[in-house]
Amino acid sequence: MILAVGVALAAGGHALAQQGAPADEAARRMALYRPFTPPPGERTRADLAWPAPTGLVLPAAIPGIGRGAEPAEIAGWDIAVGGDGRRLPPGRGSVRDGEELYLTHCAACHGDFGEGVDRWPALIGGRGTLNTDQARRTVGSYWQHAPAVFDYVRRAMPYTQPQSLTNDEYYAITAYILHINELLPEDAVVGAAALRAVRMPNQDGFVLEDRPDTPDSACTSNCREGRAVRIEVDSRQFVRPGSHSGFAEPQ
Amino acid sequence: MDSNQQAASRRRLLLAAAAGTAAAASPAVAAGNAENLPPNLPEWGRSLGPGVIEEAYGTRSAHEAHVLRRYVPWLTPDRISSVSFTPLHDMHGIITPSALHFERHHGGVPEIAPDDYRLMIHGMVDRPLIFTLQDLKRLPQVSRIHFLECPANGGMEWRGSQMSGCQFTHGMLSCSEWTGVPLKHLLAQAGLKPNASWLLAEGGDASHLTRSIPLAKALDDVIVAYGQNGEAVRPQQGYPVRLVMPGWEGNTWIKWVRRIEVGDRPWFTRWETRAYTDLMPNGLARQFTFVNEVNSVITNPCPEKPLNGRPGFVEISGLAWSGAGAVRRVDVSVDGGDNWRTAELQAPVLDKACTRFRIAWEWREGQRAFLQSRAIDETGRVQPPIQALRRARGVESIYHRNAIQTWLVEPDGTVVNVQIDA
Repeated sequence: MILAVGVALAAGGHALAQQGAPADEAARRMALYRPFTPPPGERTRADLAWPAPTGLVLPAAIPGIGRGAEPAEIAGWDIAVGGDGRRLPPGRGSVRDGEELYLTHCAACHGDFGEGVDRWPALIGGRGTLNTDQARRTVGSYWQHAPAVFDYVRRAMPYTQPQSLTNDEYYAITAYILHINELLPEDAVVGAAALRAVRMPNQDGFVLEDRPDTPDSACTSNCREGRAVRIEVDSRQFVRPGSHSGFAEPQ
Repeated sequence: MDSNQQAASRRRLLLAAAAGTAAAASPAVAAGNAENLPPNLPEWGRSLGPGVIEEAYGTRSAHEAHVLRRYVPWLTPDRISSVSFTPLHDMHGIITPSALHFERHHGGVPEIAPDDYRLMIHGMVDRPLIFTLQDLKRLPQVSRIHFLECPANGGMEWRGSQMSGCQFTHGMLSCSEWTGVPLKHLLAQAGLKPNASWLLAEGGDASHLTRSIPLAKALDDVIVAYGQNGEAVRPQQGYPVRLVMPGWEGNTWIKWVRRIEVGDRPWFTRWETRAYTDLMPNGLARQFTFVNEVNSVITNPCPEKPLNGRPGFVEISGLAWSGAGAVRRVDVSVDGGDNWRTAELQAPVLDKACTRFRIAWEWREGQRAFLQSRAIDETGRVQPPIQALRRARGVESIYHRNAIQTWLVEPDGTVVNVQIDA
């Protein structure tokens, strides 16, 4: 009964907020929360251009400060791969080579089979959990695009020596990670085209920002309508108030 | 025992007491050393102290050494890819001292010599460019006070209250004056191709963290910053150069920024798919959720600042902030949200900055109270109760939990982090 009252109040507040918001207010909120135009469709997409904004004004250029970047300089740093696989570099690697490299460079944290060690991230599992209250986000269950796995592993891994392997080796490790997620067969050899062709299970799992999504109601008096305050969770079952949830020294 | 020994003994007792309760409560009465109290002439008035430049770069009083950033070991696998928390309960006003600004790194703090620093701008531009730090400092400069908050601030409490106090429930928050060159000047220098719609910002640290930024934001208020609170940006905050993305989640404020690439769509990097996406109960995740919505927390009293059993006047004080603009109003309740009074906002009340609120309260002997603050921003957004957030988003979205915080004040003055039924 109490829950029902709460829901009714919340719904009322939301309706009021929407009713009171003129069109320009809605546009202003959109500009705040989503200052971009997506391509058509309900799910986010990496394979289409997102329209350029209109009406933006650049200030006058101030010449003579900064210098031109040479192509060779750009090539050294220009490592970002798009979600759709744009700018994947030449090269290829096999699942089999990837297994060996993975055991050498990755397994200490991520586990021999991608199961994760201690608090380091698991790379496998979790499919079917995203709509539960025990969601597990892994390469197989959550990552949107296979090329992003290559991008991330190359730019940031191995953890203590990022960008220290060859592109072929990064392709091989990527292939192995996809293999242990049952997304590539054991005998697979992948380069740019093959990686682009891998369809990730959660590719269509992402939507755009949908806030504001809570009522803008601000009752000021007798808001509980006589209901006593009930404590749902008391942190003293876990910690002493004001004490050490955390530490200033290494633990 | 002579008087010196007695004094030393008293000090030891106090130290022991302080050590035992340091985090739980400050002593109810500051006993002090009687020799330094009226009518005696304190010892510091009877001899000379150190002169100027004993500390050419100053440090705080040794008596403030307990005010520290802290981390939570169980949150992260190590301290390299980890987070520390600002002690909000010990902060005054709205500015966070740079040395206490919370930290969030994904590959540790790089050491970058300013002469070795370069910022590259390329992609869909007319002229790919490289800037030195000196170049950036020659360009038009702005200083702005803005809050910086990790979107995971409060993310440990979607299911319930489990942290010991304000430092850990809300301490992935800070507010600094940032100084640098507006990004739009650099983009004007490079010239944008007609179809440009997004850019990628990349850090130069070991994680090379990358976020896609809509062009409209980049040309609005983004700063390429080299100054923080009047001096160079701290190494933990991106020395020598970081991005400032007013109102937006902390991970977009790329630290040690080395490269900006202009393109015609987002890149869908690891940090905008695997991380920093908001998973909803239906299994779909919201992506590109940039704004940190209106939020507030009472920092006095709070679990680290209990009431020590003394009834009477209490100034309830705290911080409010919104990534959508200025804070317009903060309401405070002492009865779990049944009745609310509007707090005083202390000037300055700035756009996308922490705002200090205060309101007087008479804490009666033996009173049990449920303290809450509720902020409203200039767009009319109202900080929601946790129940409303859970109804909208479930408990698995990790980020952007801006729920009203409840502190339970027990009759003995203990203050407890709780979640209540509203």
